[in-house]
Amino acid sequence: MIRDITIGQYYPSGSPIHKLDPRTKILVTFAYIIGLFLINQFIGYVFVAACFYGVVKVSKVPLKFMLKGLKSIMFILLFTVVLNVFFTTTGNEIWSWGFLKVTDDGLIIAAKMGIRLALLIVGSSLLTLTTSPIELTDGIESLLSPFRKIGVPAHEIAMMMSIALRFIPILLEETDKIMKAQMARGADFESGNIIQRAKAMIPIMVPLFISAFRRAEELAMAMEARCYRGGVGRTRLNSLIYKKGDYIAFGIGILFLVICILL
Amino acid sequence: MNNIIDANNLVFEYYNYDDNGEVKDTIRALEGTSIQVKEGEFVVILGHNGSGKSTFAKHLNGILSPKEGTLVVCGIDALDKDKTWDIRKEVGMVFQNPDNQIVATIIEEDVAFGPENLGIEPTEIRKRVDEALETVGMTEYMKDSPNKLSGGQKQRIAIAGVIAMKPRCIVFDESTAMLDPIGRRQVMSTMEKLNKEYGITIIHITHYMQEAILADRIVVMDKGHVIMEGTPREVFKEVKTLKEIGLDVPDTTYLAYLLQEAGFNISTELLTVEEVTKAICQLQ
Repeated sequence: MIRDITIGQYYPSGSPIHKLDPRTKILVTFAYIIGLFLINQFIGYVFVAACFYGVVKVSKVPLKFMLKGLKSIMFILLFTVVLNVFFTTTGNEIWSWGFLKVTDDGLIIAAKMGIRLALLIVGSSLLTLTTSPIELTDGIESLLSPFRKIGVPAHEIAMMMSIALRFIPILLEETDKIMKAQMARGADFESGNIIQRAKAMIPIMVPLFISAFRRAEELAMAMEARCYRGGVGRTRLNSLIYKKGDYIAFGIGILFLVICILL
Repeated sequence: MNNIIDANNLVFEYYNYDDNGEVKDTIRALEGTSIQVKEGEFVVILGHNGSGKSTFAKHLNGILSPKEGTLVVCGIDALDKDKTWDIRKEVGMVFQNPDNQIVATIIEEDVAFGPENLGIEPTEIRKRVDEALETVGMTEYMKDSPNKLSGGQKQRIAIAGVIAMKPRCIVFDESTAMLDPIGRRQVMSTMEKLNKEYGITIIHITHYMQEAILADRIVVMDKGHVIMEGTPREVFKEVKTLKEIGLDVPDTTYLAYLLQEAGFNISTELLTVEEVTKAICQLQ
């Protein structure tokens, strides 16, 4: 059912990683990404992969589930690797055909690039797998709030994200209803080439937009009726507090970065 | 007892604009409406589409502001723009569409939305959220997503969100209009509970007659005027007037009315099935 769709790819397992403060997870993920770009040796990648594997084990998210995320970016990954193989001109030539040539340098750079990208994607997907969208929103709001002084609308961004999360399933359901209503009156969404099918979608967009605006207006009224007037002076039901686990995670994150710099 | 709501000669106009942004025509939704509500009362405002009942409701917590007239809510002058937020603390509002008034993706977070806006301490919010969910009987769904609930359940979450702000008065602006009969019954019994057990003033805007039977007092509106006021018995016996403005009376009252028209000696001040049965059995 369209009603049950989940946004993002949260995989609840109640592991210690899931229980960490979302801010910790976001920051450690940043440390991971920075570390990944600092490394330039194969031994470094082995180290990063080992660390990553350890974290995945603790998080109890099946490794298969993580690798599935790689499938969708397989094309970009292959493209990058191929590009690197053929267009690196330094090093000893191994094979050539016309303007294409393969060098040993090219192979090494391509392999490094491929590993780096793959680790980057699976590593950051671990963040969304272990953090629910709501926690993620709270974390982003909290991390951005120091920048409010320079004009970053931290609360507004977070509120927009959470309202979007709330209304995406509703609007999807509505799209479904409109499509069925139009199909009942003879609209055809399934046959014809891609352009014809895209054209058939236009009559859906109009009622959907009208309804979305009406919803927005009503929601704004309901929010104001409940005394909403922006982020100023607002408290939170579940305020974010760093616990012992978070300090340990920070410690590990810093250690990781230091090792990455040394390697 | 004090009047929690004191509206005198309210006038409100909606404007239709043409393409140049000039006023094309004016619709007077309220034409000198005066309604008083006492603290702790359960008032039902009845009216057909376009009677101005919803427009009146939106004045009660400062969503709309009247063009003329005076309005005092909970002892606060509602025309004073600076006091709007004070009034919204005291008068909660539940709207028609359950989907369009739930803000958060988790039920307890949504109930907490109001108190969060008021800047209440997290521990106190926790307490209020638990109490509010308990009151509407939705505690078991606390951590769920609102998308999986039925209409009646969503509406009860919206009610919980309002009572967590501890208002003195709750306005239900056609809150039962989009619900199925089961959902409607759930919402009605929650309203009754809030009124009887917690002493919260309830103003219920509807066009369903059956829901008006529970009220202490009924106010009937038509074309921006109050045309009738009184207890359910007093109002429903005016079958002819109600039919004229496009409203129905409860089936029981209508049966008694038809019998009276046919020449039987029966009162039309009857509401429940039992009362009518008894009266009919006594007929010769």
